[in-house]
Amino acid sequence: MAIRAAPRCEWPISRVRHLLLAALALAGSAAAGVLPEDRADLLYHRYDGGGVTIDGPSLLVRKSFLEKFSVSGNFYMDFVSSASIDVVTTASPYEEERTQWSLGADAIRGKTIYSLGFTNSEESDYQSDTAYFGLSQDLFGDLTTVSLGYSRGWDTVRRRAASGGGVDPTFEEDTDRRQYRIGVSQILTKNLIIGATFEAITDEGFLNNPYRSVRYVDSGSGTGYSFEAEIYPRTRTSNAVALSSRYFLPYRAAVRGEYRFFTDTWGIDSHTAEIGYTHPWEPKWIFDVKYRFYTQSSADFYSDLFPRAQAQNFEGRDKELATFTSNTIGFGASYEFPGGWPRFVQKGTLNVRFDYIIFDYKDFRDLRVTGLAPGTEPLYGFNAYVLQLFASIWF
Amino acid sequence: MRPLAMGLLVTAMLLLGACGNVEPWVKPYERDRLADPIMAADRDPISSSYLHHVFESREGARGAMGSAGGGCGCN
Repeated sequence: MAIRAAPRCEWPISRVRHLLLAALALAGSAAAGVLPEDRADLLYHRYDGGGVTIDGPSLLVRKSFLEKFSVSGNFYMDFVSSASIDVVTTASPYEEERTQWSLGADAIRGKTIYSLGFTNSEESDYQSDTAYFGLSQDLFGDLTTVSLGYSRGWDTVRRRAASGGGVDPTFEEDTDRRQYRIGVSQILTKNLIIGATFEAITDEGFLNNPYRSVRYVDSGSGTGYSFEAEIYPRTRTSNAVALSSRYFLPYRAAVRGEYRFFTDTWGIDSHTAEIGYTHPWEPKWIFDVKYRFYTQSSADFYSDLFPRAQAQNFEGRDKELATFTSNTIGFGASYEFPGGWPRFVQKGTLNVRFDYIIFDYKDFRDLRVTGLAPGTEPLYGFNAYVLQLFASIWF
Repeated sequence: MRPLAMGLLVTAMLLLGACGNVEPWVKPYERDRLADPIMAADRDPISSSYLHHVFESREGARGAMGSAGGGCGCN
């Protein structure tokens, strides 16, 4: 019998990363030596792909005072409607919502900026809190900026009851997360900035999904296979290093490139490359275009089809642990409008961003196709789009 | 990385702060292009943090992407 799946199916193995990202949005946007600008942004976001729709608002406000301090707040919501391949093959569609808020503060002293932040995320079966501390320092005639970041996360994982719609009182697990980040940004010429970032993340606790199942060969089943609960290791450590550059073209446009190598103790290695081009047009418009390529190997304990029940100590069939590639193209446009009304508004922008993503899995099969021998189903793939509409004002 | 290593990094950074007398080969008045908004490391944080979240929710990799901080040093 299919049980109701919960949103954790859609946010499988990097659940709390969005909390650090939210903290970075608050605290990491400052160039060393300069506090971030006073501005407010209101965003509508929408993801649609693979049977999953997630949309909602986000509001980010930042204000400085006494020329030494800057505070910020972010409110973010996800409304999830899911009939993804995992859900339609092992569970039943669901709807869910997640609410997240963040508070941050920056203080500047000399050429150093100190940042603090806290983020909370709540949904029916998952709660997460993250604290963030960072600092950045200008060096060598302000040509070099070094930044450090540390975050700590505490998650509580629960599970929806199989019936009745409530939370299963017999299940509650914790996860502890620590993230360390160091980055260097270097001005090389009047037109060129390069950067390097290293980030290490350690997780400990309940890291798998309480709803997700793995598939194994079962000759006694009509389909030739059955499912059992997945089991992940209780620790994970990952290291990622990224190199980036931005170059100002002679006719006032910019190109940028970024590459990242990632490896972790679960056996996943990945490469990410992204290039982008920014082109202003007339005084009021800015257009962006980008291409992103991503590829990864599978986790050591991943298999689309295990040879028998309980074949290994650790078993996973999460497609985010599979071997796959994705290609993304993105476009953006920003229109700047003058301030003056209300009087405190100095200027504003109206923005649209659109990204189209193509996922191709190499060892994750589409179980919606039936009547074939287990392990011979076609490989899965899907396309998704990401739409962002937002308005920003500077004051 | 342990807290001790983090402490050493912070200490090293503070010591490096004493190296502020290096003659900059790109003068502050030559950084107008780097200060142009189109060269910003993160022009719209609300957008970039959301998009990073979209990718990291669907990929095994995590971390290190996005702005490392640092701007044009124009002030």
